[in-house]
Amino acid sequence: MSATQPKLGERIVHKEFPPITRHRLALYCGASGDHNPIHVDLDFAKKAGFPDVFSHGMLVMAYLGQALTDAVPASRIRSFSTRFAAITQLGAKLTCEGTVAELMEHNGEKQARIALTTKDETGEIKLAGEAVIAL
Amino acid sequence: MVDQSAVGREFTPVTARVEPGRLRFFLNTLGEGNPLYRDEKAARAAGFSAPPVPPTYLFCLEMMDATEPFEFLTALDIDLARVLHGEQRFDYFAPVVVGDVLTFRPRVTSVTDKKGGAMTLIVVETKVTNQDGVHVADTSRTVVVRNPRPS
Repeated sequence: MSATQPKLGERIVHKEFPPITRHRLALYCGASGDHNPIHVDLDFAKKAGFPDVFSHGMLVMAYLGQALTDAVPASRIRSFSTRFAAITQLGAKLTCEGTVAELMEHNGEKQARIALTTKDETGEIKLAGEAVIAL
Repeated sequence: MVDQSAVGREFTPVTARVEPGRLRFFLNTLGEGNPLYRDEKAARAAGFSAPPVPPTYLFCLEMMDATEPFEFLTALDIDLARVLHGEQRFDYFAPVVVGDVLTFRPRVTSVTDKKGGAMTLIVVETKVTNQDGVHVADTSRTVVVRNPRPS
C-alpha cells in the first residue's frame, strides 16, 4: 500500500468485467483444470436440472482476485475468502468492489480487512467475501 | 448421503508444477493484464523471485495435476451433477512463483446437514507446501451437495 493509511469505509477495489460468454467458460474450463461439464455442456446442465450452463464460481472469484491485486500489492494479501451467494448466469456483467471494513493489528503487523462483493448488472450479489491485507 | 464418518478422510496428495505457459493461458482467459504475473522484472521489483501466481490459482493447480480431479466426490460417492461450490478460502503464508513445485494434501474437516437433509455441506481443507518443504498456503473449499429426495 502507499504510505497513506486507508480509511475505514473507503472503497479501494473497483473493477468491471465483460459479460460472461460460453467461450469464456470453455477457456476457463481448460485454463483452470476444472472440467466439470455443468459449465460447458448444455445437455449435462439440463439433465442436472439447470436451464443452461453457468459460470464456475472460481472464475468469478478469479475476477474478484484480479480486482483485488489491481488495488493491493499481491505480496500483502494474507487471506482471501468468499461465499458463492448465487449462480452467475451467462451474459452477467460483473462488478467487483471492496471497502475497508476494519483496521487491526495481528502479531505486530498492521492489517486491514477488506469487505468484497461481486454483483451482476442487476445488482444481485454473486460473491460476498473478504481479504485481510498487510498495510 | 455423506455422513460424519467422512470427517478426517484424506485424499491422494497432488504434486503440481507452476508452469509459465499454463499460467499464461489462465491470465489470458481472465484478461489479466497486470505485468506482475508475466514479467520477471516487474515481479522482482515487487519483491518476488519470479512472477507469482494470482490469488485463486492454487485451486487450479491442484485440479490440473490431480490424477483424478474429482477424487473426493467419487470417494464419497457424490454425483458431480449435484454439487455446487459454496465457499472458498485461501490463507497465504509464503510466495508461490513460476517454477515452484507444490504438494497439495486434502482432507475432509467437516460434514454438516442443512435444510433437514436436503443439502449437505462438506469442507475439504488442503495444506500446500513447496519444493523446499515450506508451508506456503492453506485452502478450504466448501461444497454443497443437493441430496436426492428419499424415495
